[in-house]
Amino acid sequence: MTKNSLATGLIWLAAILVSGVFFWLLSDILIHGLPHLSWSFLAEAPRNAGRSGGIGSIIVSTVLILAVAMVTAAPLSLATAVLLSEFTRYDSVFGRLVRSSLDVLAGVPSIVFGLFGNAFFCIYLDLGFSILSGGLTLACMVLPILIRTAEEGLQATPNDYRLAAAALGMSRSAALVHLLLPTAIPALVAGLMLGIGRAVAETAALIFTSGYVDRMPDSLFDSGRALSVHIYDLSMNVAGGDASAFSSALVLILLLLIINSIAMGLAKHWLHRGVVTA
Amino acid sequence: MSLSRADRQLVTLLRGCALLAAAIVLLILLFLVKESWPVLRHVALTRFVSDASWHPMDGLYKLTPMLSATLYSTLGAVLLATPLGIASALFSRYYAPSLLAGCYRRLIELLAGIPSVVYGFWGLITLVPLIGRLHPPGVSLLTGILVLTLMILPTVALTVDAALAAVPIAYLRGAAALGLSRWGLISGVALPAARSGIIAGIMLAAGRAIGETMAVLMVAGNVVQQPLGLFDSVRTLTSNIALEMAYATGDHRAALFVSGLALMSTLLVVVGTAELLSREPQHD
Repeated sequence: MTKNSLATGLIWLAAILVSGVFFWLLSDILIHGLPHLSWSFLAEAPRNAGRSGGIGSIIVSTVLILAVAMVTAAPLSLATAVLLSEFTRYDSVFGRLVRSSLDVLAGVPSIVFGLFGNAFFCIYLDLGFSILSGGLTLACMVLPILIRTAEEGLQATPNDYRLAAAALGMSRSAALVHLLLPTAIPALVAGLMLGIGRAVAETAALIFTSGYVDRMPDSLFDSGRALSVHIYDLSMNVAGGDASAFSSALVLILLLLIINSIAMGLAKHWLHRGVVTA
Repeated sequence: MSLSRADRQLVTLLRGCALLAAAIVLLILLFLVKESWPVLRHVALTRFVSDASWHPMDGLYKLTPMLSATLYSTLGAVLLATPLGIASALFSRYYAPSLLAGCYRRLIELLAGIPSVVYGFWGLITLVPLIGRLHPPGVSLLTGILVLTLMILPTVALTVDAALAAVPIAYLRGAAALGLSRWGLISGVALPAARSGIIAGIMLAAGRAIGETMAVLMVAGNVVQQPLGLFDSVRTLTSNIALEMAYATGDHRAALFVSGLALMSTLLVVVGTAELLSREPQHD
């Protein structure tokens, strides 16, 4: 009995400790980040190495990097997921091969993606330090997440749909385009949001691919500094950059919160529509 | 079911895409090997351990200080995060009232999504001065371990939570019917039944700690030396790559790709083991 109450006490203590530390972290960022945050901070270009001014050009670069990553990764992962879930038996050699190679890809650390992106996109394909190189590196990185979520979404569509389509003499591709993909769209978008969330949090893979330049990018071949790289640079290399770094960190966290709630909302909406039962 | 011609064309297209997606991993390996080849060709692998120091410009490639820094920081973070993560999962599943449990789980999910650079930044601003008061300068192995613990704790908590959720309800009802106390039920039934899932979660978290770059880079001080105590400044394998890639050329650059290759092989083993454990049939 004493062992039981001891365990209860320790577990409550651990939970209080964990939430305490995390509230400490979040409130620190909120308290130090909020005073500096304003519309002009979001819109203006950074001045004096980021100590003053805002993060306008950095937000533009971040969005461009994300756009490149998603425009490349989304079609590729949708095609792979459709093949794996609709046209390949689960235990086939080809399916197993693709799946295990994606599992390995999911385990590659981000700094290794950075090395690869630098060697392949920047130097071998001669794209240099550019938004394009950074975006393509991130595309490789988010591929496993996108494929896994899309595959799960497709597998959760009711099998009746496939049977009914076949009974009506629809071709498999017609059933896919008119029935299965529309049904799975919320899951696909939710997966996309998870991928964006992962990509926007990334730093190590971007330092040597999209670079440090904090100017407003003119084209995708320009170097552009992502928000997370900006936070890193401000806190490590710029003395007196802490205030801006706090505000940038707050913007990054808010961005992630919005992206995550969209993903969760979609997943929930999808369950409630009664298409599938969880 | 036979496929129509349009379907067959679609499948061919899809196969092409899937092959491309699957080939990326090979491409990464290929380029890591290609870029590290200049050094691997004329430097024996043992020299990465036996050289006098890490002075890649002078052809000295001792990686052991970085390897031990990675090992110690990962080990420390896993040792701290495992009990806290398991306790977190037990709290939200068996101890907290349902409303609180939901909030707690949302908090952990939120933390799992916070970027590593934010953890590193917070550690630098808050933890480093605190530990500096204890033992200057503050940037140290200990700070690295603490920040890594925060980062991997949500991973442990969420995977253990999922493993506990998969324990058949009949086991728990049976244990309750035998009159076991709550802790008796957890330690005697729930945790053993979820064991392989828990170990897989810890391995995943360890993999995340090994591969983490930014958070440790920002708080650990980055001096290349064999760590002798918790307050020593250390440089991990990943930090070394991030710090030196900016100016490395020739054999130095190749040596950094060698450490990338070493990192990737270690992770393959860790993640592969986790994968095998989680695939093992858990309950019959």
